[in-house]
Amino acid sequence: MLAACGSSGGGVPTLNWYIGKQSGGWIEHAIDECNKSAAGKYKIKFQELPARATDQREQLVRRLAANDSSIDIVGMDVIWTAEFANAKWIAPFPESQRAALTDGVLQGPVQSGTYQGKLYAAPYTSNTQLLWYRKDLTAAPPENFTWQQMLDDANRQGKQVQIQGARAESLTVTFNALLASAGGRFLNNPEAGKDATVSLEQAPTVAALTALHNLAASPAANPSLNTAEEDSSRQAFEEGNSLYEINYPFIYPSAAESTSVPGLQQKLGWARFPRVDANTPSKPPLGGFNLAVGAASKHKDLAFQAIECIRQPANQLFAAQEGGNPPTTSAVYDQLTTDKYPFKEVLRSSINDAEPRPVSPAYNDLSLAVQNTIHPLSGVNPTADAIALRKLSEQALKSEAVLS
Amino acid sequence: MTTRTPTNEDADTGGRRPTSLAAPKPSKYTDRDQAERRLGIRLVLPAAIVMAVVTVYPILYAIWLSLQRYNLRFPDDRKYVWFANYTKILSSGVFWQVFSVTILITVISVAIEFVLGLTLALVMHRAIFGRNVVRTSILIPYGIITVVAAFAFRFAVSPDDGGFLFTNSDNPPLSNHWGSLAVIILTEVWKTTPFMSLLLLAGLATVPNELIEAAKVDGASSWQRLRKVILPTMKAAVMVALLFRTLDAVRIFDTVYIQTKGANDTATLSQLGYNQLINQLNLGLGSAVSVLLFLLVVLIAFIFVKGFRTDLGAVRGER
Repeated sequence: MLAACGSSGGGVPTLNWYIGKQSGGWIEHAIDECNKSAAGKYKIKFQELPARATDQREQLVRRLAANDSSIDIVGMDVIWTAEFANAKWIAPFPESQRAALTDGVLQGPVQSGTYQGKLYAAPYTSNTQLLWYRKDLTAAPPENFTWQQMLDDANRQGKQVQIQGARAESLTVTFNALLASAGGRFLNNPEAGKDATVSLEQAPTVAALTALHNLAASPAANPSLNTAEEDSSRQAFEEGNSLYEINYPFIYPSAAESTSVPGLQQKLGWARFPRVDANTPSKPPLGGFNLAVGAASKHKDLAFQAIECIRQPANQLFAAQEGGNPPTTSAVYDQLTTDKYPFKEVLRSSINDAEPRPVSPAYNDLSLAVQNTIHPLSGVNPTADAIALRKLSEQALKSEAVLS
Repeated sequence: MTTRTPTNEDADTGGRRPTSLAAPKPSKYTDRDQAERRLGIRLVLPAAIVMAVVTVYPILYAIWLSLQRYNLRFPDDRKYVWFANYTKILSSGVFWQVFSVTILITVISVAIEFVLGLTLALVMHRAIFGRNVVRTSILIPYGIITVVAAFAFRFAVSPDDGGFLFTNSDNPPLSNHWGSLAVIILTEVWKTTPFMSLLLLAGLATVPNELIEAAKVDGASSWQRLRKVILPTMKAAVMVALLFRTLDAVRIFDTVYIQTKGANDTATLSQLGYNQLINQLNLGLGSAVSVLLFLLVVLIAFIFVKGFRTDLGAVRGER
């Protein structure tokens, strides 16, 4: 009787894939490819989430917390794994599938999908921020180029430096990368899950906050820094009065179409994320999407299979070439074309050395604690705010912080 | 006989129409009366039950949640903590910052709306030619959805979103605290002044013309007539208009959510509750914020209603 009811719904089970809106059609491409090769076993359907990661998460957690069984595949920002896994909203991959999903994959992305020893989210795409500069206006930065040198350079030429200062996740991205580059850590023992303790040592935290404040308080800051997100940074850089920009590689193809600065793409240079301390290599941020299976899904087994198909190297290559999302499988970098990825080596090494944002079930609250404390950047008082941030983070970790 | 003199029977039934003139019954409540009362209760009951289910139950549930440590992301850590959530909120800097922003937005926007609304109400009241056109055009902003109005103002003043104002500004309004507050208040004022003027217009209509004429004859200037005659006479309408708008403004959410999402220290109480509940799934803390907002609304309503009553009494005493 039950089986009859189930199959009367149309035969081929539909797998709903919730993921943020992406340009370049790579989601649709992967869906087409996998639906073809599934040959009627399942049919993946694209359920579009908002463009901003914060809005994506808000919609997902609301549904997942209510055990929405229509969520089969989740396009997960790398920072959500611990939170979703701890709340049992996503199902861990079977051990038998682990090898197929992690062999030959860069270490950072694998770690971002793992929580307390189990793989909860399969690495799909990755990303990191590079330091972009106008090579027609300034010399290539040396290997030990620091944030302060970048700032001095721009001020000397009366030009701007584009970073993301909006009260949004991008602010935490920048702060965490600077903190790690200054030799600091957010948590002492992230592997302890919700029992982890806050690190945020005073010296590196103050160094990171000073770097941000110095930029925000200098003429090199974009007047709209307080609302600048990744795309507004790109737009501002394309207007031509900037010397440097810290951003993801999606700005490279876009630079070819800049109208304010003809031939901007040819004038664009790239380097690794700047250092805070000249003698310590920088720790670039880690972004990207992983794929997980909703714990309440009615087709978990099919969803696990579908994810293996979606993230296959050919689709990763398409996502990288057409959508500007760098791969997680190391070998795919060798196939990236140099016309689209002339910077692929610095990209691969940056992702290798990247510092993931704290893997904590309370990550969202920690990120809000950062945003609550250090926005607007121009108002940051490094010493006092380092202490305030540590205190608020300790409360946030216990989900006892009142955060706006 | 066209008029009937009152009888004892009328007094007994409390002035109600006798159920039957032909066969009056001596007892205070007739069978029929009792049946009607029972019917009345039965008719009211469904509405009362619905009200209880949709208002009393959620309020009690929120109060119950607010006494617990309960986060949907950590369901195993759920426990009863009495008033710990309230202590945390009331001792946090964020709450008081958010509280003062909410009060600031409320006071300023309601004050501006009152002045503008009264002016528009007088215009609508006095308009002789094209009365309908004037009234309709003044009401247009109120017909526009708040979210749309909020987007419209954001798109106008934010160069990042393609705005046409402040394009050369070093400090566009939505990137700083006071600018953001100004835009939010402006949007609120633009959107809800018509509502205020509509309520005030209804009040103006109740002011007897003879009163104004008498004041005129006594040589009162138009300003004196407004302050000493019109406003005191329509005090009830003024109170209702201010009360409705204040309660609305204190709960402001959509304008702020669209325009700043709480950035630049513009978050309001509703947004604080929303963030705890929806973004952090912290049902304990979030419900406590909601309950505090509810208490604030009750307090405001109490103050207004109390002021409203004493004023009515004062007016009656004078007469």
